[in-house]
Parts: sequence; structure tokens; C-alpha cells
Amino acid sequence: MTTLELRSVSKVYGRGAAEVQALRDVSLRVAAGEMVAVMGPSGSGKSSLLTIAGTLEEPTSGAVLVNGEDTLRMAGSAKSRLRRQTIGYVFQDFNLLPGLTAAENVSLPLELDGTSMRKAHLAALKALEELSLGDRASHFPDQLSGGERQRVAIARAVVGERTLLLADEPSGALDSVNGESVMRLIHTYCKRGTAAVVVTHDAQLASWADRVVFLRDGRLVDQTAAPAGPETLLEQSS
Amino acid sequence: MSVRHALLALLSEGPKYGLQLREEFEANTGQVWPLNVGQVYTTLQRLERDGLVAAVGDGESMEPGPQKAYRITDMGSAELAHWLRVPPDLSTPPRDDLVMKVLIAVRVPGTDMSEVIQAHRRYLIQLMQEWTRLKEDDNGRDLAFSLVVDSELFRIDSVVRWLDAAEGRLRRALADGWKPAQPANVSPPIGQPKLPRPPARPRAAIPALSDTGQQETEPPQ
Repeated sequence: MTTLELRSVSKVYGRGAAEVQALRDVSLRVAAGEMVAVMGPSGSGKSSLLTIAGTLEEPTSGAVLVNGEDTLRMAGSAKSRLRRQTIGYVFQDFNLLPGLTAAENVSLPLELDGTSMRKAHLAALKALEELSLGDRASHFPDQLSGGERQRVAIARAVVGERTLLLADEPSGALDSVNGESVMRLIHTYCKRGTAAVVVTHDAQLASWADRVVFLRDGRLVDQTAAPAGPETLLEQSS
Repeated sequence: MSVRHALLALLSEGPKYGLQLREEFEANTGQVWPLNVGQVYTTLQRLERDGLVAAVGDGESMEPGPQKAYRITDMGSAELAHWLRVPPDLSTPPRDDLVMKVLIAVRVPGTDMSEVIQAHRRYLIQLMQEWTRLKEDDNGRDLAFSLVVDSELFRIDSVVRWLDAAEGRLRRALADGWKPAQPANVSPPIGQPKLPRPPARPRAAIPALSDTGQQETEPPQ
């Protein structure tokens, strides 16, 4: 099943001499349970791809389908619901609200969606426990380490029944061990059926993905082949 | 890789037989570097000759084999401690095939450098995905294996980063007016202006890779 589909998406910012073509005719399908990494140099259109996939911005032309539904034809309220219920976002700088505890940060999207405070709180605690953050639930963001903050951000992105996780350099501000655990976590969610698109310039982190696609000047120019079994590698090295 | 010192390290834990040494060697290198038992015995013979290990027990059998155990000598321990602290010689850049290919591609007329670089990048990232999958399956249980996989990932990652940097430099050089190699006429007619030719010094011909990309280069005359 296809969770996310971009059909010939183009995006132009500005006009005339100031015109910048951020995406050119990009088509991409991400299946349920698939983790796709998007790599490319800065200015290649990675972040635009993500904001358009997340319906935070509209493409200049083309279509964006989430779970088979054309998001450009959705009414504003339906689109907001899609963003609250279906899509989870993870950003490089965590974007946690400093005045809320870890649990409150995680339960906020559920509460905004009309879930009762008590239910939302319980769901948040469960999500935090899954990420070994149960004992940090009542801590404020500034009492958490960078790695912990990002795990809270991931808990917030996956709490509820989200089927699409979008992450922009999710481990950009973390050291390599913490970065790896963030990617491992996203990978685990994908194994349970979530689709994920992770934008990164870091090859080690991208290599957690099932498929890596390459952006250059707003175009998808290449992608990695279907993975070979790990056995091949050990055979080659012996 | 020093099998010699790896065996000394294993013997520093206590006396061991050859077969046992082979098994432990492979376990300690995350099963990534297989070792045949003949190599173990040859190495043990040499270590014994140099006084770094000694046979244990009856020692009647002259030939090394399954019946013979070895222990490390004081000299062996000293050699091991010394070796662990001497950095390997990395001062001479290895002759790297990929670097050569990219340097040569810059000189081949009509080459799409982005495409060449991307072909290598894709291959390397696929390789990294395979290593990462091994790491994922192991989930950090085998420390030696994790260390070996990390080292491979960092090594390949550095090559990918070099490719990124090379592509960036080429782009900047093009923006600065550098002209990639063009197909040349075999014999320009006498009396006509000469066709563009790469300058004599290779470094000047490929400023984008060997220099900062900011420097002035002589435009081909």
C-alpha cells in the first residue's frame, strides 16, 4: 500500500529574476512500512520536498497523495485533520515547547485533536516509555539531554495512529551514537507499518533507510537499488 | 592486519591451543576476517623462534599442531605493549582507485562529472546500507563486531564525503569559468590559432580537485 505519493511535483518560489525552482517534476512513492532517505547538497530541494509532502506547503504543480487521498483537493479542515492525525513531523532542532513537560509536549497533538486530557496523557506516557523515557515524563525540555529531547520529539511525532513520519535532519544536532539511535527508532516504527521520509546529508544515517533517493537541483536523479541480503557482504569480505 | 600481534593479545589472557586461537581470533574480529589454521601455526612457529611465545606442557612434539599449547613470554608481553602504542604509518596517501578515476574523468572530454560521481556515490551508499543492516541485526550485542562495522561505515562515509566535496569544487570551478576538457582536433591546420589544450601542469588543469577552487587559473589559449 502506498502511504505517500508525489506526482510530478514542482515548486517555484518568487517571480521573474528572483524566481527559484526548488523542485522539478519530482515523483516519489513511499509504501507503508518503508523508510526512504532523501540525500542531496544544501539547496537541492530536500526541505521543500518534505514540507510539500507534509502538506505544510502546496506545490506549484503536481499532486500529493497521502493514503490515496489527493491533499490538494482537501478542504482546509480535512487537511488540518490529516496533519494532526496522520502525519508526524520531526525537526532538526526538536521544536519542543519549553514551557511544557516531556509528557505534555507529546500529548499536545492528541489534545489539539480533541482527545481527552487524561487519555492523551496516558498515550503520551506509553509513547515515552517505549522510548525508555518513562522516568523523564515530567521533565522540561531544558532538563533533558539532546538525545532525550529528540526522542521526545519522535514520541510526539508517532503518538496516536500516525502512518507517515517526516523528518528533516532529525539527528543533525546529535552526536553519532545518539544520531544512530534516532535512526534506529524511526526504522523500528517503519517495521511496524509507518512510512517515513527522512531528509539528511549524512550518509551513515541515510544508510538506515530501505531506499535512498538523491536530489540535485530540485530533481530526483538517482536512487539505491533494492537491498541485497547481509549474507552477500560477509561472503565478499571472506 | 597483524595476525602476529592479535595472537599475542589472545595469549596474554593465558595459554591456548592453535585451534582455540583461530576461533577466538575470528570471534574477536566480528567474524569479518577469517583465518586459516595453517596461518595460525606458521605464525606461532615464528613467534616461538623469536622468543615471544613458548610451548607449554610436554613440548615433545616438534611440529606445531593440535597437541601443542602456547603461552606468551615476558618478551612477548613487552612486544605486544609496544605494538599497541605505535601508530600505524598513515603518512603516505594510499593510491586510491576512486580518486584516480575522478581525477582522470576530469581530463576525459565530454564526461558528465556529476553522473560519474553519482555512480560511485550510489554504490558506496548501497554498501553502507548493507553494513548498517548487519549492525541492525546484531543490535550491539557483539562489541567487536560493532566496532568493525562502525570502522567500515566511517571509512566508506569519508569517501562519500570526499565525493560530495569533489562535486562541490567542480561546480564552483565551473561557475568561476573553468572549462572542462573538450574533444580536440587531431591536427589543427598550420597557421590557425591553436585549439584549447589542457595546460602542461596537471595541477593547473584540474584546479577544482587539487586546489581551493578559488585560485585563478590560466584560461586555455
